[in-house]
Amino acid sequence: MLTESEPHYRQPLLKSPFHERARALSQVDSFIPWSGYTTVDVFTFVEQEYFAIRNATTLYDLTPMVKYRIAGADALRYLNRLMTRDIGKLKCGRVAYSVWCNDEGHLIDDGTVFRLGESEYRLCTGERQLDWLLDSSLGFDVQISEVTEETAALAVQGPTSCAVLRAFGLAGIELLKPFELEHFVLPAAIGADGRIMVSRTGFTGDLGYELWMRPEDAEGVWDALMDAGRECAIRPIGSRALNMARIEAGFVLSNVDFVSGERTLRVGTGRSPFELGLGWLVDFDKGHFNGRRALLEEQRRGPQRRLVGLDIEGNKPAHSALLYADKAGKQQVGNVTSATWSPTCKRNIALAMLDAPHIETGRRIWAEIYLNRELVWERRMARAQVVERPFYAPERRRATPPADY
Amino acid sequence: MSEPSYDCIVIGGGHNGLVCATYLARSGRSVLVLEAASQIGGAAITREFAPGFRVSACAHLLHLMPGSLIRDLGLEARGLQLAAARMPTTAIAPDAPPLPIDARNSTPLAARSRADAAALPAYQARLRRLAEALHPILESAPPRLGTDSWQDRLSWLRIGWRLRRLGRKDMRELLRIGGMCVQDLLDEHFETPLLKGALGFDAVLGTNAGPRSPGSVFPLLYRMAAEVQGGSALAQPVGGLGALSDSLARAALAAGAAIRTGAVVERITVRGDRASGVTLKSGEQIGAASVISNADPKTTFLQLLGGEYLDTGFVRRVAHLRARGVTAKLHLALNRLPQFTGLAPSGLVGRLLLSPSLDYIERAFNHAKYGEYSPAPIVEITVPTVSDASLAPAGKHVLSAVVQYAPYELAAGWQHERQRFADLVIDALERCAPGLRDCVEAVELLSPPDIEREFRISGGHWHHAELALDQFFIVRPVPGAAQYRTPVGGLYLCGAGCHPGGGVMGIAGRNAARQLMREAA
Repeated sequence: MLTESEPHYRQPLLKSPFHERARALSQVDSFIPWSGYTTVDVFTFVEQEYFAIRNATTLYDLTPMVKYRIAGADALRYLNRLMTRDIGKLKCGRVAYSVWCNDEGHLIDDGTVFRLGESEYRLCTGERQLDWLLDSSLGFDVQISEVTEETAALAVQGPTSCAVLRAFGLAGIELLKPFELEHFVLPAAIGADGRIMVSRTGFTGDLGYELWMRPEDAEGVWDALMDAGRECAIRPIGSRALNMARIEAGFVLSNVDFVSGERTLRVGTGRSPFELGLGWLVDFDKGHFNGRRALLEEQRRGPQRRLVGLDIEGNKPAHSALLYADKAGKQQVGNVTSATWSPTCKRNIALAMLDAPHIETGRRIWAEIYLNRELVWERRMARAQVVERPFYAPERRRATPPADY
Repeated sequence: MSEPSYDCIVIGGGHNGLVCATYLARSGRSVLVLEAASQIGGAAITREFAPGFRVSACAHLLHLMPGSLIRDLGLEARGLQLAAARMPTTAIAPDAPPLPIDARNSTPLAARSRADAAALPAYQARLRRLAEALHPILESAPPRLGTDSWQDRLSWLRIGWRLRRLGRKDMRELLRIGGMCVQDLLDEHFETPLLKGALGFDAVLGTNAGPRSPGSVFPLLYRMAAEVQGGSALAQPVGGLGALSDSLARAALAAGAAIRTGAVVERITVRGDRASGVTLKSGEQIGAASVISNADPKTTFLQLLGGEYLDTGFVRRVAHLRARGVTAKLHLALNRLPQFTGLAPSGLVGRLLLSPSLDYIERAFNHAKYGEYSPAPIVEITVPTVSDASLAPAGKHVLSAVVQYAPYELAAGWQHERQRFADLVIDALERCAPGLRDCVEAVELLSPPDIEREFRISGGHWHHAELALDQFFIVRPVPGAAQYRTPVGGLYLCGAGCHPGGGVMGIAGRNAARQLMREAA
């Protein structure tokens, strides 16, 4: 948080309430900026952190996620006009993933909507966009404010995360279903009458929870979780390991797999929900919403391109690879947006934006991969096949109650 | 509840709404015009402002309506008569004799400046040539950019051809002066302050701009281009502008349209992403296949329709539409004919411009920038009773004046300042017409908020939206609604907020009707 004592230009990046704990555990001092905060890219090394996501429990500081409080008599009407999904179906105490579009039907961003009360919501998203949210509120009785700094957030993800949270003192956490949220009283040792909100949500595609708390409780919660999770090999992770997990889960990331439609400058670089494979989030029957007419027109026209999963031969991640219909590389049909070697699937996977008609599952194309062989670069044309997403989706992510492991 | 259904509902019985309704009804459609006020006409009405004194309450001159439209609607057969046509313009100033602005009679001007008298005819002829080239732009519905439609391409070609035909010299001049400020243009040609003040007046009339504002030549060209098609130059209908509206209403009725006054539309109703009718303030619902709004764009989209049926980017553009009026209207009931120093009574047949110099206008505009009215305003004066005695009791007169600058958002608030501003304008007039104050029997001043209230124009801007290059043609009122259709199916715009814009012109109403019929075809 910004402090009064130092002028803002001496604090170019904010420090999350978990920062001191993270710094103490960072072994490689690898910090990166995220939404105006300094955050950990890697604590130790990325493979170790990745395997903790899939085999143990991990802590990931979510505080920089931009959070908006949206409340008022018209909050639901407002959100339904803003978002492609029918927020009217979202019950109190539940969370929904949704996207929202500009007039052209291009994604502005994606995020999660928390229904905290009858007419109170929280929107969590990657980028600041208060101007768009406020401009969208003209004519609606709704109050919108950014609460990013007022709320510390911590993702607790991994197959043993439920057991860790129970040991931490959240009685009954095992009954929380995916996309539900619940309020708990914090263990007395952390803070007097402290409360914590827990949602069963996450970005790993695995069993996991997100914890939302007051900034002053943050360090106490972190310490208690590290204690409670010792037996389960709990460890903090940085963004790099999380990125591997989210690619396996097939989740899109703004500014990586798409650029906000309000920030694109070039014609044809905005992306619609259909193009990102998120057509299931578009509800044409709920009434008008931003981009509806453009999306109807796009649906009528049929897809021009689509984000697909790729399975690529070999084990070299196809970062930013150009994709071709032919091995000679004459006919470009798209490019990779996210790529990783998947240690769990033992596959070389990627998310890619492909032109129609190459988007059908099973289609075989070529990826142009550049390899750095001790500073000597080689180009390799690798076979790639369009496959279904997600690449990895363990049953435990949905099991209620989850097993302890 | 009965729900009578119409093919078309026109919201607002202003001149554009009535023109639109007439053409739609002539095509065989059932049309209902809903006017909120107790009389039709919108901002083109004649009403009493003091016992026995009547005046054209907002617009007071007729000069932009194309003769072809007047003929096509048969307005003359339906009661439209002109009390005065080809009305002369005279520049007045407190400290100089009046100067007729007339290229054909150069003697009075030559007495002040031979050079100006020699330059005026060429200047006016050139501007008229440019205006004539722009004229088809005014008449046609704006084409869209970047479409495959042959109609759009044809429109662009036609415009390009028309400009090409200007020839190299004039085309270069059009490009040069198109975005220029009017002061620079006039300084190039003339030296007499009174002449420049009067010529500059028409460039800033009704706009939130001064003669040194960039782009202030454009409204002048626009006005001249519109006058190319206006049959009778400056004219004054018998019975005021309300008589024009009455004849338009008769044309609409004769075509089969129905008109209801006192019918305040509260909401445009939408069903399945299409306009389905309107709900009146009384709660009455009326269904229609199409709804055409003569109301200004902000009122139409933000109040009657509501943002929830529109996309945020579009709403943002509508909200940013510049539509704050700076023009007030002053009505004086006079017990005798006013006498302007040095002006023969016959000079009162035309309009008088109190706009002594470009510096004077710019100084008057300065105040408007900061939420103050001009202490020395510019004024367009007419005394309609000179040509039409029916507007006042026998022997008495009406003075109708358009006054700038009177910003909509007055820092001190109009409630407290209206009287003081009226006094100030009368003082300014008194200096040109000594004794005027003593013959004033009644005063009415309409500030932009008054115009907003009486005529239901958001911002009190009588052009519905500022007339400037960035709010003209393919971007008027905003991209996405510039072809009279709106993002909501079945909802159209037909008012001054659309191309070609304000002034009592009627083209927007006709074009909107054509657009609707084309889409139905």
